[in-house]
Amino acid sequence: MGLTNPATEYRDAEVATVSSISPNWVTTRLDFLTNWARSNSLWPMPFGTACCAIEYMATAASRFDLARFGMERQSFSPRQADVLICAGRLPFKLAPVIRRIWDQMPQPKWSISMGACASSGGIFDNYAMVQGIDTIIPVDVYVPGCPPRPEGLIYGIRLLQKKIMGESIDDDMLRDEQPVGPSGLFLAADRVDELSEPFGNSVHQTRSTS
Amino acid sequence: MSSVSPSVAPLRAEFGAAVTHHLVSCGDTIVYVDRERAHDVLAWLKDSPGQQFDYLTDITAVEYRDPERPLEVAWQLRSLARKADLRVKAELNKRAPLEVRSVYDLWRGADWLEREVYDMFGIAFAGHPDLRRILMWETYSEGYPLRKDFPLRGHFSRAEQTRQALAANPEAHYSMEELSIAEAFDELPAEMRERLARGERGFLT
Repeated sequence: MGLTNPATEYRDAEVATVSSISPNWVTTRLDFLTNWARSNSLWPMPFGTACCAIEYMATAASRFDLARFGMERQSFSPRQADVLICAGRLPFKLAPVIRRIWDQMPQPKWSISMGACASSGGIFDNYAMVQGIDTIIPVDVYVPGCPPRPEGLIYGIRLLQKKIMGESIDDDMLRDEQPVGPSGLFLAADRVDELSEPFGNSVHQTRSTS
Repeated sequence: MSSVSPSVAPLRAEFGAAVTHHLVSCGDTIVYVDRERAHDVLAWLKDSPGQQFDYLTDITAVEYRDPERPLEVAWQLRSLARKADLRVKAELNKRAPLEVRSVYDLWRGADWLEREVYDMFGIAFAGHPDLRRILMWETYSEGYPLRKDFPLRGHFSRAEQTRQALAANPEAHYSMEELSIAEAFDELPAEMRERLARGERGFLT
């Protein structure tokens, strides 16, 4: 039993070894056990701000049924949540709100940026909109789409589960809080500017300056 | 539908030169009035028998690309009883302070409409009881976003915008009256009471 090679696949040998002393005992790796438990009981904190939230609701409802992935309970309190799902564009006015919700969530915690606007600002390259929530909070999985279909979100959630299966309790950086620093930002200022650079069609738009 | 509203003739008779001109656009009559007399005109339109414009649909403002053209404040009126509409506009010279009298005393619904026009265009409504930003947060300091001299991405760098946004207190957008807990103020924890009483709300400059 070692912590060298994190499990990324469910392998029978790792799930259980039936003890030779008693059939009621199984042995397994601690990493595998905690990651398996965590990844299959992710309680989402829905932060729905726009049309992505509609797709999120469809994902959670009976047809696509998030409960199949251990997300039975929607946690509307950040203090009982594991994964923050930002579904929709984030205006600057909501930036301190999502930051506070993220700070209120206990470790271990993860976040999913759902849709083009949450991931990059999307079509809203303007004065009011955060150009990607990764300038406000750390993000684990980006789900593209405008909005993503439920299959897309489920794929993102499965990716997150896969990522969690690869974690190790040996890695003490993993559970570090990344607070807003003395500069008033979560990232370095030039990183925020770089992440917010216009791209695609938005580069060619006419803009007035003063 | 391209006929002039029957309200125009009595308006001109009542206010004379204060009604500068009128025109019909897409079937709607637009009456341009003097900025100083706008409140009088609107009060008269609301209360006169035969006019009864008792419903204020919207207040908004227009800035044109031509920098020489004045800003316009528009009041869209509706008479529920007569099923009639009228648009009243006042022109504000950009070189003078952008100010017009509030119609909050005529229609209570003007409260948030005027706050929005103030927030987006920087037009002050004299006599408004609580004129502060409504869409942007209160400490927002980049200016008035719908003005033509406002760049689409704002004046500041993205990092500075993010820093200022994160520094804003999300609870500070509300006045005590707006908070549903206002009536239970005395029962709040002392720390929260102190914080709310202090306000931590930005001030308009």
